[in-house]
Order: sequence, then structure tokens, then C-alpha cells
Amino acid sequence: MAQRYSSFEAGGRMWLLQRVTAAFLLVVLAFHFFLLHFVHHADEVSFLMSSGRMETMSYYSLMVLFLLTATFHGVNGVYNALINQGLTGTKRTVVKWTLVAASVVLVLQGIRTANAWAGIPLY
Amino acid sequence: MSQSYNRGLIEDFSRWREFEAGMWAWIFHKFTGWVLIGYLFTHIAVLSTAIPASGAETAVLQAGNDVYTQTIVSLEGLLLVRVLEVGLLAVAVFHMLNGARLLLVDLGVGLESQDKSFYASLILTGAITVASVPTFIAGAF
Repeated sequence: MAQRYSSFEAGGRMWLLQRVTAAFLLVVLAFHFFLLHFVHHADEVSFLMSSGRMETMSYYSLMVLFLLTATFHGVNGVYNALINQGLTGTKRTVVKWTLVAASVVLVLQGIRTANAWAGIPLY
Repeated sequence: MSQSYNRGLIEDFSRWREFEAGMWAWIFHKFTGWVLIGYLFTHIAVLSTAIPASGAETAVLQAGNDVYTQTIVSLEGLLLVRVLEVGLLAVAVFHMLNGARLLLVDLGVGLESQDKSFYASLILTGAITVASVPTFIAGAF
């Protein structure tokens, strides 16, 4: 009997999150590329134009969600790749928390940047 | 029923002759993933110049003389950066198309044609990248 292949394993919450964020990122990354390279052009970037977009609450919240999902998907992907290469034991714990710390720094810095554009005085 | 496969280490370079489409897809997905997460950290670092720029006078911002606008404009003025951006697009498009292929396989769709969908991902990536070159290079000369 032909078996249905899937990398799904019961109880794999991180597995599911990796795929849910993938589906979200497929749409938002395409939108991001399209808006910032085809609607606007890279050589026309200015602080005021970026600021104008980020002052819109829907754009700001979409970009913050984009940052959170991209960070999770990317860093969890790196972690999975390293485990796949045979990372175990203490090294695995150290790498895990280093990646968590790097993610926190990235997200905080990204939100500070978004706030600077949006005129939110939390940066 | 789910199955898992021991794919071995990709560092065993001599194995590449044995690889089939699925293995190449896995390697390309991993490589493009590393590039994208590396780029995300770089991207946020460069965009962070908006933080000091937000303190500039309105006139300075309107003239585009703030540190953010100047950083982006100087970077975009370099042909090397434009070429790297085309490379980034290619990497992102492949990761997205192959990722969509993986999501479908996980949902039970298209496993029997997973090799064809990998080749389709490669061809589409090439086509989208080539079609985007004029837009990405515009104004660089």
C-alpha cells in the first residue's frame, strides 16, 4: 500500500509553527518585495517615505508581525539544520539559548526601527 | 503514516553524484535559508540607521540629508549591491517556491511528482529573476 509521506509528527508544536509562519511569509515576503522594488524603487528610498508607510497602523502591525514570523522561521530553521547536522547535549543547549538571545535582539532592534519611523516615542 | 529518512551529512561532498532531485531541493532549501536569515540580520542593522535619523530636523529629512536616506542611497548607488539584490531575489524566490512545494507535500499533495515540482521551482525562479533584472538594476548606472 502506498504510504502518504509527511514530515508531520504528533505533538510537534514547533513543526506546526514553522509551517504556519512559512505560509504567512510566502504572502507577506512577496508583498514586501513587490511593494519596495516594483511599486517603489530601491533608489528612491527616503526616511520620509518609509515613515509615511510606517505611520499607517495596518502597515506597522503587518511589518512587526512580518519581523516576528521571519525571525522565528529563520532562527528555528537554523536550529533544525544544526540538529540535523548532529548537534546534541550541552552544545545544543548553548546554541539554542544563543539563538533565542539573537532573536530577541533582532526583534527589539526591528521594533525600535519601526517605532522611529512611526513616530512612536519608544526607541 | 509518517516516515523519517536519514539523509546523511551534506558535508560528505563525494556523495553529490548519488543525489536525486529531492536531495538537491533539500540542499538548496537549506543553503537559501542560511542566506536569508543572514540577510535578515544585516537588513535590520542597515535599517536601524532610521533611529538616529528620526531625530533630524524636518528640513534635513525633506532634503534627504539624514543618515538613513544617505545610507540607503549610497548603498543603492553601488552596482555590486544591485547585483547582490538580484541574487537575494533569486534566493528568496527559490526558497518560497520550494517552500510552497514542501507545504503541499506535507499536506499530502504532489509527492509522486515532487521531482517535477522541484524542476518547476528552479525554472520559475530563473524566469522571475531574469524578468526582475531591469527593475532591480534601474538607476544604477
